[in-house]
Amino acid sequence: MEHDQFKFIFKMAAVQGGMVDAKDELDIKSEPPSDGFGNSNANDGRLLSSSPGAGTGGTATGNNKPAPGPPEEQQTLLAVLQFLKKSKLAESAEILRREAGLPEDALDPKGTDASGSGPGLAAGSGQVDGVDASSLLSRVTVSSSAAAQAPKKAGEDQPDVSVVLSAYSQQGDPSLYDAYYSGLKRFIESVLDCHRAELSQLFYPLFVHMYLELVYNNNESVAKAFFEKFSGDQECYYEQDLRILSSLTKKEHMKGNETLLDFRTSKFVLRISRDSYQLLKRHLQERQNNQIWNIIQEHLYIDIFDGMPRSKSQIDAMSGSLAGEARREANKAKVFYGLLKEPEIELPLDDEDEEAENEEGKPKKKKPKKDSMGSKSKKQDPNAPLQTRIPLPELKDSDKLDKIMYMKESTKRIRLGSDNLPSICFYTFLNAYQGLTAVDVTDDSSLIAGGFADSTVRVWSVTPKKLRKVKSAADLNLIDKESDDVLERIMDEKTASELKILYGHSGPVYGISFSPDRNYLLSSSEDGTIRLWSLQTFTCLVGYKGHNYPVWDTQFSPYGYYFVSGGHDRVARLWATDHYQPLRIFAGHLADITCTRFHPNSNYVATGSSDRTIRLWDVLNGNCVRIFTGHKGPIHALAFSPNGKFLASGATDGRVLLWDIGHGLMVGELKGHTDTIYSLRFSRDGEILASGSMDNTVRLWDAMKAFDDLETDDFTAATGHIHLQDNSQELLLGTYMTKSTPVLHLHFTRRNLLLAAGAYNP
Amino acid sequence: MAEERRQKQCSVVLPTESMKAMAESVGVGQLQEDSCVALSEEVSYRIKEIAQDALKFMHHGKRRKLTTSDIDNALKLKNVEPLYGFQSQEFIPFRFASGGGRELHFYEEKEVDLSDIINTPLPRVPLDVSLKASKEQQKTESTEPLKVVKPGQEEKGTIQGKGQSTTTPDGKGKEKGLIRLKPRSTHELSVEQQLYYKEITEACVGSCEAKRAEALQSIATDPGLYQMLPRFSTFISEGVRVNVVQNNLALLIYLMRMVKALMDNPTLYLEKYLHELIPAVVTCIVSKQLCLRPDVDNHWALRDFAARLMAQSCKTFSTTTNNIQSRVTKTLTKSLFDDKTQWTTRYGCIAGLAELGADVIKTLILPRLTVEGARIKAVMEGPVVSNIDKIGAEHVQTLLLKHCASVIAKIRPQPDNVEQYRAEYGYLGPMLCSHVVKARTQATLQAQQVNRTTLTITQPRPTLSVSQSGLTGSGGPRTPSIIKVPSSLTLMSPRPGTPSQPSPPATKYIVMGTSAGAASTQQVITLSSSQSASPVTSTVPSATSTLQPLVKLESGGTPGLTASRPLQKYIVVSLPSSASSSLEPKSSVLPTSISSASLDGGIKLERSESPGVSTQSPH
Repeated sequence: MEHDQFKFIFKMAAVQGGMVDAKDELDIKSEPPSDGFGNSNANDGRLLSSSPGAGTGGTATGNNKPAPGPPEEQQTLLAVLQFLKKSKLAESAEILRREAGLPEDALDPKGTDASGSGPGLAAGSGQVDGVDASSLLSRVTVSSSAAAQAPKKAGEDQPDVSVVLSAYSQQGDPSLYDAYYSGLKRFIESVLDCHRAELSQLFYPLFVHMYLELVYNNNESVAKAFFEKFSGDQECYYEQDLRILSSLTKKEHMKGNETLLDFRTSKFVLRISRDSYQLLKRHLQERQNNQIWNIIQEHLYIDIFDGMPRSKSQIDAMSGSLAGEARREANKAKVFYGLLKEPEIELPLDDEDEEAENEEGKPKKKKPKKDSMGSKSKKQDPNAPLQTRIPLPELKDSDKLDKIMYMKESTKRIRLGSDNLPSICFYTFLNAYQGLTAVDVTDDSSLIAGGFADSTVRVWSVTPKKLRKVKSAADLNLIDKESDDVLERIMDEKTASELKILYGHSGPVYGISFSPDRNYLLSSSEDGTIRLWSLQTFTCLVGYKGHNYPVWDTQFSPYGYYFVSGGHDRVARLWATDHYQPLRIFAGHLADITCTRFHPNSNYVATGSSDRTIRLWDVLNGNCVRIFTGHKGPIHALAFSPNGKFLASGATDGRVLLWDIGHGLMVGELKGHTDTIYSLRFSRDGEILASGSMDNTVRLWDAMKAFDDLETDDFTAATGHIHLQDNSQELLLGTYMTKSTPVLHLHFTRRNLLLAAGAYNP
Repeated sequence: MAEERRQKQCSVVLPTESMKAMAESVGVGQLQEDSCVALSEEVSYRIKEIAQDALKFMHHGKRRKLTTSDIDNALKLKNVEPLYGFQSQEFIPFRFASGGGRELHFYEEKEVDLSDIINTPLPRVPLDVSLKASKEQQKTESTEPLKVVKPGQEEKGTIQGKGQSTTTPDGKGKEKGLIRLKPRSTHELSVEQQLYYKEITEACVGSCEAKRAEALQSIATDPGLYQMLPRFSTFISEGVRVNVVQNNLALLIYLMRMVKALMDNPTLYLEKYLHELIPAVVTCIVSKQLCLRPDVDNHWALRDFAARLMAQSCKTFSTTTNNIQSRVTKTLTKSLFDDKTQWTTRYGCIAGLAELGADVIKTLILPRLTVEGARIKAVMEGPVVSNIDKIGAEHVQTLLLKHCASVIAKIRPQPDNVEQYRAEYGYLGPMLCSHVVKARTQATLQAQQVNRTTLTITQPRPTLSVSQSGLTGSGGPRTPSIIKVPSSLTLMSPRPGTPSQPSPPATKYIVMGTSAGAASTQQVITLSSSQSASPVTSTVPSATSTLQPLVKLESGGTPGLTASRPLQKYIVVSLPSSASSSLEPKSSVLPTSISSASLDGGIKLERSESPGVSTQSPH
């Protein structure tokens, strides 16, 4: 029985695109009974067929069937008979009566009985609109007609609102909701400790759905009372959602409310051990508490696992997202997190520096280092994707030069560690009264760009080399193209300056990203566009339109050419610079996408969202391959470790969470910040994680230690139950305060000097 | 508690009265109570919804404060026209009035006088965004062993107020503005900074030379010393004060090297601490006694070094408002002109003036040559007064010859006639003549090496001999008080020999006549026309001298000067007679001490003297 039940849920889940289709299915089901004037709707039907409580289901549907004795069909027939009689269709009624084998007198007494019991029932159910049998019926009609109207309404506003909402039309006795909920609460509080923590997870989704049901059915005062009574019981990390819910007190409000839609369109996922689940089921059956059972059936997805129930802290670590935890199977896909093989580039060793170094008597040190680098690049990482899995742009000569520069710099890199912390250079934006909203630094740390709330993008050179434009076309014609320094000659010396301002957006610039070759700059803005700027001419090249709402973040692929963007419209888009339309659209988040990051191998994209989840998407096929839950606030910062194995995320809750991408597990929690974390960055070799926050601090964490302490035994990997030690204080290596400058961006130079940036905020 | 708060959140709605008021404002009267309630609930909900969206914009704007633009953006999300006009600083633009049973809202319109608007100065343009780097140094290199930051030190902050090379002028402007507004306050030093200060100062005056070099290097290069600058400045000033009294030459040298290092640091702006530093430096130039054994110790080197420091700071910091150069010049000239000045101080004065450049030498030292020559002669040839005096006189002589020769070489046309020199410069004339000849040959050699075309120009021009205006010096465009020294004109008149000679300063006269602003370029022309060193070498006389290394201080004797001595001797013997012998006795008189006066030179410098004081003639 139970097995069937879950099969059904799986079927529902399998319908991609969520509940829209599923609801349609329901509506279709609800159609025939309304034709036949059956007073059990589709949900009840399903309940009867699948629930173990089906035998007693007749009673459980509550106010619909006050008489306990006769079987359901007879009840239905009586209702139909009554209707026929009312409509003066005496003949049909007679035929029906005869066919059903009902006694002659069955109709009249029963009919009067039914109508007679109506007022009594109304009295029992409290201050609801005068309920009698006919009004009962009419309500069914209303709801079904509402469902029928759904497609019409769809065109106007939100496509699936009414469809979605119609699921709430079934209604129990409003005044009893309180009793149901507190009954469940009493039960959960009385169970064994080990189960209590797990079952407590039910509180929040049940509370929300019951409240919404009350609101939908116009029981405003009851809803308010219900909210006031139980909202305090909810976990503190749901406070934001509760605040939104609290303002929602009328049916009309539900239309167009995104938070509400999120709740309705997605099943809240709970992970409960088999024992706890059995306990709950038994309780609900005993109490015949079908209202709650319905909600569990319909709006929750209970992921049952065998084994020990989880502890409170384990649950707390993973919960907090808008739609509960991630389903286990969502994180089972294989992720090629390894790095791509670096192209072989001849490293010219005839450099003066190196010669000097050799003269100093360190040739020994030099050689093995180079060898190790060489061998590293030759060996193919088993976890790496195929080199050609995603077509990447060809390396240009200038890229090769840059790679050589990079290698040279990296030989001079300082080895960081807990006993050797990086120096921090802080770039303070002074007089940024127009509001600094985004910062980026080029990989070689030569340029720094700021996005501002006044729609401008400003690019600074932080080296003595000034920014120059390319000469105009007319002037370029005069240049001797054969000369060796033609690249130098095309630059217009007159335009040299430390700062260039890029005008073009018509709203605050929220995201900014340099291309790896430093020729382009991307900026995303409130105006819904992403702009590509040339850093040769300092003009706008392309405006990518696709997001109709603010674009919160954008980032170039580490190999250039591709970039990803995410915004208020809840989808992330993958673009290529030479296509004006997106190549992929990653849909699935339930709220705004707040930050986007490319995996170092460019095959995956991570997105953080206001729904408090992080998703990892496969660029190749657009699938969501990982969902990470555990943050208690919108995620504003993401960072991949340089080896591609791990992901760090920071949110408004001030915590940094560490994730193992391969296993799809949370592997660490770093507590310390007191405000939103806006920036995260691993050092070049991945030993140190730096985090910058709104609380005006930069903190350094021992990433090596955090990842070394991992216990990735098979059990943990299989169940996803992690035991997080609270070792934030041990991992925290340093805290550096600014005077009054929120830290918006962090960047490790190629030699592992940490650059930080922010606007001074007097 | 959270529960209570939430309850409030749940129940807060706009009062129905405000609904009525709003309805009336758009012309709907008599709104029913029910409608009001319904409306207020709806409006409250929508307002909350918008506020929640606006919060999103606040978060992405990386702010803690919700602004009106956030609300505008939230409205735009909902496809609602934003509310315009809330950017204004002023409150609601209309005013309210009532009377006679009527209530009225009206726009207040004031009569504005156009001329007022035109005449009011424009408000300051808001400063543009600028980028500024400040560094939190960790233990990365061994040169900075003192600033190790241990984890967990929460209060340790990146220092915002320090500029590095990327500071734009705007950033500086802002700082200045801040300083003007705030009363000057001493900054608290962090524990690390205190430690750093202690180590650095100890290393600077300690005995280990290697450590000192490192410490000075740190002072000269570290970008984050701004907050410690007042301490360093006081340290130096106090150190000089004490060590001059104790005649501790070594320490004085160390302190001067600290000054040099501070000046070399491009991120430090010393101007506000000159009131402490300049008196210290001047003391080291002119103090009567700087060491315990003046006859043996090479305190002359310290004077030279300090004089170069002085010249460097004059060049860097002198402006028309602080007049550092003119004030320093005045001070030095005054004691130079004083007959009672001791040889040590005299040496210092001349060194200090000479380092200020060729113009100063020409204006202030060349006219003194006769007088000084007589004084030197009195010591050299007269009865032996004391060994110290003799050494002093020798040094002054060498100094004068060294500095004046190059200048004379530039301003005097050839040929160099010993008799003419003697007539013009007195006792020192013959020696000068040989020095000038040497300088010329060097210059021509250099000029040939540099460029041949310059040689063609360097012909003596007869037209130059017309003018008699003599030594109308120009101290550069910055020091007008020196430029308009009238006494130099009177100085010329008693001299009999001058008119017959071609007088090169005439060209200078032309320079004065044109413009002070273009003096430097003009100078090149004059110098080359008077057949001297090539423009390249002549334009930057002081810069080359400041570049001289510290090595000179370390060596014990009088390096490089011995070679010229036999020559001097020879000239002295061959040319015994001197025109200005009448001045001889004066030189033996002991001058009053100048060291004590220069110790509180800060006050002295503050005092503004009338230019007339410096014009007094020694005759």
